[in-house]
Amino acid sequence: MKPRAAAILVHALLITLAVGTAFPLLWMLSVSLMPAGEASAFPPPLLPNHATFANYRELFGREGIGRYFFNSLVLASLATLLSLVFNATAGYAFAKLRFAGRDRIFRTLLAALVIPAQVAMLPLFLMLKWLGLVNTYAGVIVPGMAGIFGIFLVRQYALTIPDELLEAARIDGASEARIFAAIVLPVLKPILVTLAIFTFLGTWNDFMWPLIVLTDQDLYTLPIALAVLSREHVQDNELMMAGSVLTVLPVLVLFLALQRYYIRGILLGSVKG
Amino acid sequence: MRVERAAWAFVAPALLVIGIFFFLPVLAALLVSLTDFDLYALADIRNLRFIGLTNYWRLLQAPAFWQALANTAYFVAAGVPLSLFASLAAALLVNSKLARFSAVFRTAFFAPVVTTLVAVAVVWRYLLHTRYGLLNYALGQIGVRPIDWLGDAHWAMPAIILFAVWKNFGYNMIIFLAALQSVPADLYEAARLDGANGWQEFRHITLPSLAPTLLLVSILTMAGYFQLFAEPYVMTQGGPMQSTVSVLYFMYEEGFKWWNLGSASAVAFLLFLLILALTALQLRLSRGAEAA
Repeated sequence: MKPRAAAILVHALLITLAVGTAFPLLWMLSVSLMPAGEASAFPPPLLPNHATFANYRELFGREGIGRYFFNSLVLASLATLLSLVFNATAGYAFAKLRFAGRDRIFRTLLAALVIPAQVAMLPLFLMLKWLGLVNTYAGVIVPGMAGIFGIFLVRQYALTIPDELLEAARIDGASEARIFAAIVLPVLKPILVTLAIFTFLGTWNDFMWPLIVLTDQDLYTLPIALAVLSREHVQDNELMMAGSVLTVLPVLVLFLALQRYYIRGILLGSVKG
Repeated sequence: MRVERAAWAFVAPALLVIGIFFFLPVLAALLVSLTDFDLYALADIRNLRFIGLTNYWRLLQAPAFWQALANTAYFVAAGVPLSLFASLAAALLVNSKLARFSAVFRTAFFAPVVTTLVAVAVVWRYLLHTRYGLLNYALGQIGVRPIDWLGDAHWAMPAIILFAVWKNFGYNMIIFLAALQSVPADLYEAARLDGANGWQEFRHITLPSLAPTLLLVSILTMAGYFQLFAEPYVMTQGGPMQSTVSVLYFMYEEGFKWWNLGSASAVAFLLFLLILALTALQLRLSRGAEAA
């Protein structure tokens, strides 16, 4: 094939694929701005005749979606903060501090990655019920405070810290806590950003666990509220699209802003084994 | 020793959390799966009885469980190869020397991965709408009669597969892209000097270089696809005629709708064993292929 023809073919395929991929998201945005009923027509309209924020007003007014937005935001932020504290310290220790059984424990943790989280869900529910944590924020967050993947991510990155740097600080009489805070944390910053995005997006998007733990409507996260809403409003496409936009937009913006860090996490995570 | 004490202080909180909230429940699930834990036991633990492997035995005789297993197998068997194919094709296109603005395309292909599954499932339910959906409209332009995607037992699973591939292919594309970029450029130059065409380059250089990545990605994707749950929960509620009830959907209903926690735990373990066995099989097959 001639180079010019090949270039045209490559771009035609790329553009077709990109349109196919982006279309559902763009259409969601467009339909969310249509007045009620406009999208239930044939052929389906691509753009609103008169763009309106009526659906968003109804979601925040009558459907009280602000409450769920707040729940999602608080839960995802708290989960991110806790996961940073627990996983950063543990990941660093597994990489750089010697202690009895370190490698054996780490190998056990890695092996446990093959166990699907859902295996633990039923007894976990009973346990949280016994602890009185069912139907609380804590019930959603506490089980995920520390995670094997998070520890692994931080450890892989921390392995690159030179030992001499830590030894020099020890000779100067710095405590281990001080070394961690003053030397290690600044070096780990990029991977902590990665871990933070992963945890935030993971918690924000999570469905099954909050669905199990939260039964009180006031505590629903956005995905749960949206699933319930979509069963009540089967016909109200415009309203549901607006709800989807509100749910997706924050994570999409966060990803676009911090894309580099997110992709680093995928690549670090895929080299295990 | 000072460092050792500090190390334990650093790892202990995380290990405690993982131990209490993951390892302990997994062990407990194994025990619960050997009991008749149900609503009565939930009310009063004295009603709990040890029943050995009865839960497993009953499940293996229940048509509804086999149906869930068959649905999930369908989803995995069709969805994983499709998704890997889309990922690899996208990665090759984005990585092509001819492609311009490849960073923009990469971001566009990846965007669905970070979106909230429930929200985009709602969007797709509308795209797939029999009367007002855009997919049927587009198909109508080329003379295909409207398909009742989510209401017809033959079409519901293919529709969910299409949705899942759209949602996920960007993830593996990123991994393939990294692998493609690490193939030494002089291999391609040598091939070109030998007069190899594009297909021969792909077949004899690109594909063999990608083999380890392909294995890893197919194992991880398979394990992920076996955990199908939210898609049928939002899009079809398991219907029509149970055609989209997945193993996890079955487990969820058994456990949290009917409160048969013993039986539901057995479902979770059977799923785990199945994933484990298929992973081992894939590893063995790939080793066999390497040796050959």
